[in-house]
Amino acid sequence: MSEKLLEIKDLKVSFFTPVGEVKAVNGINYTLGHNEVMGIVGESGSGKSVEAYAIMGLLQSPGRIIGGSVMFEGEDITKYDAKQMTDVRGNKISMIFQNPMTCLNPVYTIGDQLVEALTCHNSAISKADAKKRSIEMLDLVGINNAEKRFNQYPHEFSGGMRQRAMIAMALICNPKLLIADEPTTALDVTIQAQIIELMKDLQKKTDMAIVFITHNLGVVAEICDKVTVMYAGHVLEQGAVDDIFYNPQHPYTRGLLQSMPRLDSESHERMIPIEGTPVELLDPPRGCSFGPRCAHCMKICLRNAPPLVEVGENGHVSACWLHVRQAVEQKEAK
Amino acid sequence: MEQQRVKLLEIEKLRKHFPVKTGFLRKDYVQAVQDVSLYIYKGETLGIVGESGCGKTTLGRTILRLYEPTSGRIVYDGETIYDSEKKIAVKMLPYCRKIQLIFQDPSASLDPRMTVGEIVGEALDIHKLCSGKSERSKRISRLLEDVGLNSEHANRFPHEFSGGQQQRIGIARALAVEPEFIICDEPISALDVSIQSQVINMLEDLQKERGLTYLFIAHDLSVVRHISDRIGVMYLGCLVELAESYELCNTPMHPYTQTLLSAVPLPDPEKNRKRKRILLEGDVPSPLKPPSGCRFHTRCPYAMPICSEKEPVFREHSPGHYAACHKLDMEES
Repeated sequence: MSEKLLEIKDLKVSFFTPVGEVKAVNGINYTLGHNEVMGIVGESGSGKSVEAYAIMGLLQSPGRIIGGSVMFEGEDITKYDAKQMTDVRGNKISMIFQNPMTCLNPVYTIGDQLVEALTCHNSAISKADAKKRSIEMLDLVGINNAEKRFNQYPHEFSGGMRQRAMIAMALICNPKLLIADEPTTALDVTIQAQIIELMKDLQKKTDMAIVFITHNLGVVAEICDKVTVMYAGHVLEQGAVDDIFYNPQHPYTRGLLQSMPRLDSESHERMIPIEGTPVELLDPPRGCSFGPRCAHCMKICLRNAPPLVEVGENGHVSACWLHVRQAVEQKEAK
Repeated sequence: MEQQRVKLLEIEKLRKHFPVKTGFLRKDYVQAVQDVSLYIYKGETLGIVGESGCGKTTLGRTILRLYEPTSGRIVYDGETIYDSEKKIAVKMLPYCRKIQLIFQDPSASLDPRMTVGEIVGEALDIHKLCSGKSERSKRISRLLEDVGLNSEHANRFPHEFSGGQQQRIGIARALAVEPEFIICDEPISALDVSIQSQVINMLEDLQKERGLTYLFIAHDLSVVRHISDRIGVMYLGCLVELAESYELCNTPMHPYTQTLLSAVPLPDPEKNRKRKRILLEGDVPSPLKPPSGCRFHTRCPYAMPICSEKEPVFREHSPGHYAACHKLDMEES
């Protein structure tokens, strides 16, 4: 876990729409070592998927990276041209998507698509070898009868099987980093449990790092080592998974954890919701993006955006003026 | 206590099959709902959970007879509104005032070309509940305020609202005719996490104020457990277990319920590391050709020979706790 595999520094992504600039990602920082799993949590519109697309160099117009860098193995991949990026994408960094049906080509067999992924990055490989490797891969992700399945089309697969095929395709080149964009959101709970177990298992076997994007805190607790909580393009809190769940510092993280109905709670208490409506990204609030919905909102919150403050060990940081106030009060007390 | 409670809705052996063409002159049937029997007490919330394709939405719509049932019996408040044996099928319009539906996708269930006032007011017009224009607009603004919106919102169009607000409009529309019974079909699945709890709290408040009865359909067990008094679990068109919500979650009887519970990810890293998961093999079979006998036997970890031969009976194993499983029957006998 020593070496840094991925280092994101102050990444900013904006969409230049006819009605104005939408700052989808507004300065996000994190580092990820080999074999680590980073969970990125946020509601829709928080910029979690856009950030992933930016790492992959898949941003579509009118979206653009307007600042910051993505250091992958020590090199800034945002500076890469299209050809260099093609070498990285699918080879060293792979991605799986929310809806496997829209990401698989319906007119090619699963086998063709797997072989294509392999031959794209390794022109030396023979056809027979590619097929053998593809079948091995299907086997590895738990698809029974892999040889028969190799010749089938995506519509002959069920939802869970398609997601397994997607994972096989993403992992066939042994990537060092896997970006999973809501890979289990479209699946049923029992299938979701299968896919999570599979990903945990594969991660142990292959030593890859995963950026796991989801809105489901339960899934995060299952699979992630570190968590980044995003809201309206800003990082509000970041830290090790235990710190985030047992010692949340930011009012938004606390609110999220409190507002979830839990299967393991004993009481039948009323839930404590986060009031208000999500941010309008075209016209974001001036200060803290969560300010207008925050129960502890102070005057300064509506004027200035809070900095990320260290609140604990293992890189536990949180962006809230409350921490600054606490620090000042402690200092005065001394 | 149990005896005093009034059964508001009772359904017996309700069945809904959809015909599908499977070839030239060949028809097969999707067995979406297969012999479901249950009852709902006045003022309670009955939750229905299950994976996609298990027939929970079809069940809700068949009760309202938006889909005409294939067979079975529906009794609402003592009056039979459908009985396939006695060939009773009454007109639904008067019952539509008593039973209302809230849909999953708020943006798809609101007419984009009608203002919010028109959407909410339409039901009032259909059932002729208002005598004059001023009363109508007064009622509309009161309804909007009841669900946490402003009366000025009546002149706006649905697209001007966020998802959570749109769902509130859908709820206001359902409440317009002052129903007794509301079928909530995945009302919060399309909403963001932080908005979900707002809507759940509102539904609970409305229930307390107006004495509503809910049939709450959802796939998220933790949400259903929170809001429901009793929970029914469906698998492939069949009801496999029904019990008080606390009991169902703590002592599930049916193997499917047990796996469903163990599959739900807990927002607690420590508990997740410790707990043992029951993982199911494979996928849900097609409802076109459901497995013989117990429909769960192809994936059940305890499957026995009898399971593939005979359909298990849905019966009471302990007071108020129903389940359909051969293993339970055997253990008891």
